[in-house]
Amino acid sequence: MSTTLNASRRNFLKTGALLGSGLLISFTVPGAKKLGGAGAAVLGPQSGAAFAPNAYLNITADNEVLVYLAHAEMGQGIWTTLSMMIAEELDVDVNKMVVQHGDAWKPYNHTMFGIQITGGSSTTWSEFDRYRKAGATARALLVQAAAQKFGVNPADCKTENGVVTAGDKSATYGELATAAAALPAPGDVPLKDPKSWKYIGKGVKRLDTPAKINGTAKFGMDMQFPGMLTAVVLHAPVFGAKVKTVDSAKAKAVAGVRQVVQIPSGVAVLADNYWAAKKGRAALKVDWDLGSGVKVDSGTMLAEYKQLAQKPGATANKAGDVDSAMSKAVKTVEAEYTFPYLAHSPMEPLNVTIQLKDGKCEIWTGTQMPGLDQGAAAQVLGLKPEQIRVNTVFLGGGFGRRATPSSDFVKEAAEIVKASGKPLVKMVWSREDDVKGGYYRPAFLHKITAGLNAQGLPIAWKHTIVGQSIMEGTLFAGMIKDGIDGSSVEGVSDSPYMEAIPDRLVTLHSPKNEVPVLWWRSVGHTHTAMAMEAMIDELAHTAGKDPLAYRQELLKHSPRHLAALNLAAEKAGWGKPLPAGRFRGIAVHESFLSYVAHVAEISLNEDGTIKVHRVVSAIDCGLAVNPDGVKAQIESGINFGVSAALLGEITLEKGHVKQGNFNDYVVARMFDTPADIEVHIVDSTGKMGGVGEPGVPPVAPAIANAYFAATGKRLRQMPFNKANLPA
Amino acid sequence: MVKLKINQKEYSVDASPDMPLLWAIRDVVGLTGTKFGCGMAQCGACTVHLDGEAVRSCVTLVSRAVGKEIVTIEGLSADPDNYLQKAWIELDVPQCGYCQSGQIMSAAVLLRENPNPTDEDIDSAMSGNICRCGTYPRIRKAIHLAAKMQREGGKDK
Repeated sequence: MSTTLNASRRNFLKTGALLGSGLLISFTVPGAKKLGGAGAAVLGPQSGAAFAPNAYLNITADNEVLVYLAHAEMGQGIWTTLSMMIAEELDVDVNKMVVQHGDAWKPYNHTMFGIQITGGSSTTWSEFDRYRKAGATARALLVQAAAQKFGVNPADCKTENGVVTAGDKSATYGELATAAAALPAPGDVPLKDPKSWKYIGKGVKRLDTPAKINGTAKFGMDMQFPGMLTAVVLHAPVFGAKVKTVDSAKAKAVAGVRQVVQIPSGVAVLADNYWAAKKGRAALKVDWDLGSGVKVDSGTMLAEYKQLAQKPGATANKAGDVDSAMSKAVKTVEAEYTFPYLAHSPMEPLNVTIQLKDGKCEIWTGTQMPGLDQGAAAQVLGLKPEQIRVNTVFLGGGFGRRATPSSDFVKEAAEIVKASGKPLVKMVWSREDDVKGGYYRPAFLHKITAGLNAQGLPIAWKHTIVGQSIMEGTLFAGMIKDGIDGSSVEGVSDSPYMEAIPDRLVTLHSPKNEVPVLWWRSVGHTHTAMAMEAMIDELAHTAGKDPLAYRQELLKHSPRHLAALNLAAEKAGWGKPLPAGRFRGIAVHESFLSYVAHVAEISLNEDGTIKVHRVVSAIDCGLAVNPDGVKAQIESGINFGVSAALLGEITLEKGHVKQGNFNDYVVARMFDTPADIEVHIVDSTGKMGGVGEPGVPPVAPAIANAYFAATGKRLRQMPFNKANLPA
Repeated sequence: MVKLKINQKEYSVDASPDMPLLWAIRDVVGLTGTKFGCGMAQCGACTVHLDGEAVRSCVTLVSRAVGKEIVTIEGLSADPDNYLQKAWIELDVPQCGYCQSGQIMSAAVLLRENPNPTDEDIDSAMSGNICRCGTYPRIRKAIHLAAKMQREGGKDK
């Protein structure tokens, strides 16, 4: 992070300040690989090598545009989308840009969330102004430099493909970089009229595809350095268990094993390679003090949750007098929905590489929160955060698992380095470490009673939610207000259906246990959308109304829900006959500022299990910056949702997680997923929303509602596997 | 030391015979395009070709690979006529990308043995490869597209 500063650089950083949406802008720029790398780059105008108008892009004298991402690429496509925003305003060929992740560094803090984080399906909308302004400001300075060089008015200059022209004169951005770098910051620079957009809203192919199909893309797992040791950790068999005694004699005798150390989370084996480390781990003899975690058992937990749901918890949403209104209802419907723990299981198991050298530390990992990881590693290693450089590399999937408030995996790797004294270590988790390692989507239970009037419309809604808080005990605990972790009730307490019901009560119980829990792609909406949309469907049938028409009636004041709902229904041919044995279900849900409706088409296999053939989807996310990227994310969300709906389940017995790998923590394979997925984007001028997560929530209820259409039976227990299907 | 022939090149590899080929390729030889996902032949991220057959290198012992032609994603990528990779680019298949080396290695064997696969053929041949990003619909389309390019025999230009 060492960077020198000079007077003229300060001017450029004023430029940065106006981009910052109120952020503190540090007077440093991230290391650029062409200019020294390793955080030691000096990218001022004095170097004559680069134009670094802000933290988000540099232009080198040889005409290369370097883009620095404030967010991490984990599949969601922001490598491309953020680059498009700069390219659009800078007038360069997006395909020629060199893209890299930014360091852990304040200018990369989220424009809304205040820390450096990739999450909440927020990258595109939260960076839309900052990245466009970064490009526009750089362009303005380059034009000014060109105008001076050509002796013309800036207004007479044009820019295209990285070249400024005025009449018969022209200069590349690279040629102008040094001069531009010496200019003072411009005032507020106007952004382009959307009518002239070349990339935004049109689309660009993913810039990271070539590297991801020929083996050259580097994930954390691929970090290799001479002299590096690989560490694997024998983790506690039960959450919260502590090591009592370690017999490492046999482990140390394994060829290639170099060291065995005890760390707070278990016992680490360091070896020349993963295989030797894993063999060493298998040879360890460790006695554990299992602690209170042995009391956690999925079966008894469900019974406890059912018991808790008999009484109201902390109030999340209350209006009128629900009991009185319920007593006046013509019909009441009661249902209980249950949801298991779920592991994220990204394809790349967690890993972290740490190097300690000359009092400095470098970390290479795929992370969604590099700033917190930097702080956590600093604390373990006794360093200052600024002595640690976090190199974010491609994430082999995240889904929330690589955003732990506790920085569990980075901290564990730092503990290994600290305990072993080894300066260069790559910690690698096995798939079993991942599946058994916690930080799950919490198990939840929803108990709902709804009362209908003579017209079949809901007039009373009583809803109790039970499940662990993901914020409790973390540095985000302050977000819990009056006993309500908003992430446990999102999608229920703020549901548009609620607004239409005058008497309602939504309450929450947040029981605690030893199992670490975390946000999991679409967070609370993973369960709330199922509870709401399955219940609404049930009410529609109770009222004798078509599920689509019933929703249209209840959502008549929610135009964006309606737009998605109507488009999906139309494209799916709602109401039109289906081939024999095929059945449809519909669901709509808002999450992360986007509105998604799915129509699922299913049939039943011979053994009664569900086959999903087709999902027709519509999303209103406001402006779709990269439309095919939006479609790809919704496709991805649908398949992630199908996996959870039909297969996903983590269970515990006496504190031990019963699953361990993809053989028993089953995730969707190609044949499990719909052969036909259609995604339609609502032509919308609404506020921009996210796309990484919103495709997930409506999947399970659309399938469950289709199952009702097929069988007349309601699915209320996830996953909808053989064991949980109604008899 | 064992001798391994990977992507037409001979390597002397310091690996115990019981080491899975995956770790010899990744940790000893240093070719990291082949990925570790599960360690028990469940996910297919580690798929390589052994004498032309797709194998899960995480459960294939080094001893079994001695004397055989090993091809990894790096070796496959050296073929300029690789229709699969062209199709993958054309359809923007990858998301996180971690599983894609394995997906392409499995698809390559499918297309060699079945130049005109149906959806069912593809589902079956690709059933050993997991993608948590759920890029399956695009993988399926890309295999069809690559098959078409292969049948038409032309370069894409």
